[in-house]
Amino acid sequence: MMVYWLCLVLFCIGLYGVVRKRNVIKIVIGLIICEYASNLLFILVGYRMNGRAPVLSPDIPIENMVDPLPQAMVLTTIVIGVATTLLLVALALRLYEKYGTFDITKISELKG
Amino acid sequence: MTATRLIPFFVVLPLAGVFLIMLFGWKLRRFSEGTTLLVTLSLLALSFFSIGVQHAQSTLVHFSGGWKPPAGILLVEDGLTVFMLVTVHLVACCIVLFAISYMKKYTSPGKFYALFLMTLSGMNGILVTGDLFNLFVFLEVSSLSACALVAFGTERHELEAAFKYGVMNTLGAAFVLLGIAFLYAYCSTLNMADMAKVIAEKGGGRVVPMAAVLFIMGFGLKAALVPFHAWLPDAHPSAPAPISAMLSGLIIKCLGVYTLFRVLFCVLGMTPMLRSVLLFLGALSMGVGAFSAVGQWDIKRLLAYSSLSQIGYIVFGIGLGTPLGILGGLLHLFNHSVGKSLLFLTSGAVDYATGTRDMRKMGGLSQRMPVTSATGMIGAMSIAGVPPFGGFWSKLLIIFAAVQAGYFGYAAWAVLAGVVTMGYLAKAMKQTFAGALPESLRQVQEVPLLMRCAMVILAILCVGGGLLLLPGIQEAFLRHASEVLLNGSLYAKLIG
Repeated sequence: MMVYWLCLVLFCIGLYGVVRKRNVIKIVIGLIICEYASNLLFILVGYRMNGRAPVLSPDIPIENMVDPLPQAMVLTTIVIGVATTLLLVALALRLYEKYGTFDITKISELKG
Repeated sequence: MTATRLIPFFVVLPLAGVFLIMLFGWKLRRFSEGTTLLVTLSLLALSFFSIGVQHAQSTLVHFSGGWKPPAGILLVEDGLTVFMLVTVHLVACCIVLFAISYMKKYTSPGKFYALFLMTLSGMNGILVTGDLFNLFVFLEVSSLSACALVAFGTERHELEAAFKYGVMNTLGAAFVLLGIAFLYAYCSTLNMADMAKVIAEKGGGRVVPMAAVLFIMGFGLKAALVPFHAWLPDAHPSAPAPISAMLSGLIIKCLGVYTLFRVLFCVLGMTPMLRSVLLFLGALSMGVGAFSAVGQWDIKRLLAYSSLSQIGYIVFGIGLGTPLGILGGLLHLFNHSVGKSLLFLTSGAVDYATGTRDMRKMGGLSQRMPVTSATGMIGAMSIAGVPPFGGFWSKLLIIFAAVQAGYFGYAAWAVLAGVVTMGYLAKAMKQTFAGALPESLRQVQEVPLLMRCAMVILAILCVGGGLLLLPGIQEAFLRHASEVLLNGSLYAKLIG
């Protein structure tokens, strides 16, 4: 049970980074932490205590195997996460070229 | 049988377009424009064709790769999907027509068309998929490419808005993923129909409301419901005009509203608690959007706030959950897609001709740009809810439904927000098109033919929006869509 709570704590740490940090790059890092917390939760959902790798072979019976589906999906979300991070970091670099700073409070010509 | 084989083409065709444009677009003149127009037109034909097929067979299911559920990924086409597909492609065709002339001033229009088609394929994927994780993947495909499109001009404001949009969207996606993880832990399946079946059998427990809250936060961020709306008034005005039209007309509806209601109504099942949350959020968006729009002087920013308020109407109408409310909400979704895209295209045309978006510097443009001003007026009247136009009927239905369900306070609030809507749109139209022509705008020319075509088609759709309620047309198009939401539990019967 403890692990799941720690997972949510990790998510909240990421959320704190996104909401409270002023540096653009730190905000991106916060987002990555958020994403990885949800990935971790997904992996934990499919995990079994002392489970073995989900490899199907004719001589071993299918028992005590971890669920392979979340692992496949987390692989997909990691790839998506890379694309997102790439786009955001590229935007951050272009922002630095235009404004000369990474401070989000100084990059605020638009008022939400 | 052949009709179900056509469903994957909604995703495959635009992706093939992206591939071809990236390969040949830089070499051949007019290649990217031609491909995009061809792809969107054939998708429009395909979605019209699927109205007829869906009418005959009620629900089409395609097993991708031939894998049977619950192991394989389903592509489902029911009434709601067909309704959304037709709306998306009607608007997308007009946007492409407009963009052909408008995007000439940018340096690499080929990339614009590639990203546009990528967004379209993501949206179509969201609409046709029957698998929750697949939905998440398509959600990210379209929101990432939309984020790149917001930054397309790479000027200060565009970059800032795109960064905000990107951060908010990724956060929303993380919430959605967390919700999917909880639901998978509870149901051990990802197939939406199978999931609905398991939840109906096992009962809600404590996990399902938790997942519902995560979904409301995640999809609410994408739909820009009010407490989660901060990115929208920045992102929508900063993008190039065709993209603003696409963002306000289609993306917030496919990525936010459609997904929210598909998951809540068809998979999790509506409860009175969820309904009251949706009603409250809808009413809040209505009011906040309308009142913030009043003080704006940037025409596109005013329209973006107006989008917020209209999304509130849609969520409120569908959230009522009564047959009349759902019908009104869906009709308003269609009318707002068409009308707001038209208004964003009009503002783009004004920007194209005059080079400014500040309404204080405009005036009297109806003398120089008659087509633009006429279509703009029609769009504004439709959104504001002036009687013969589409927007009037849908708002009327929503308000009637609220009264019928006994929510008198909310109904009065909706009427008030409607009056405010009329006020700020009248202000915008008066400032832009009426009055005396300033000295600096004497040389303004009407926009090119293709842009005018796109606006005229959308204006005709705006006028015709109310006709969808006529008996005969209503049964073919709207009725099926609202029945899907009304009998959400039927979705579980999709798989044997």
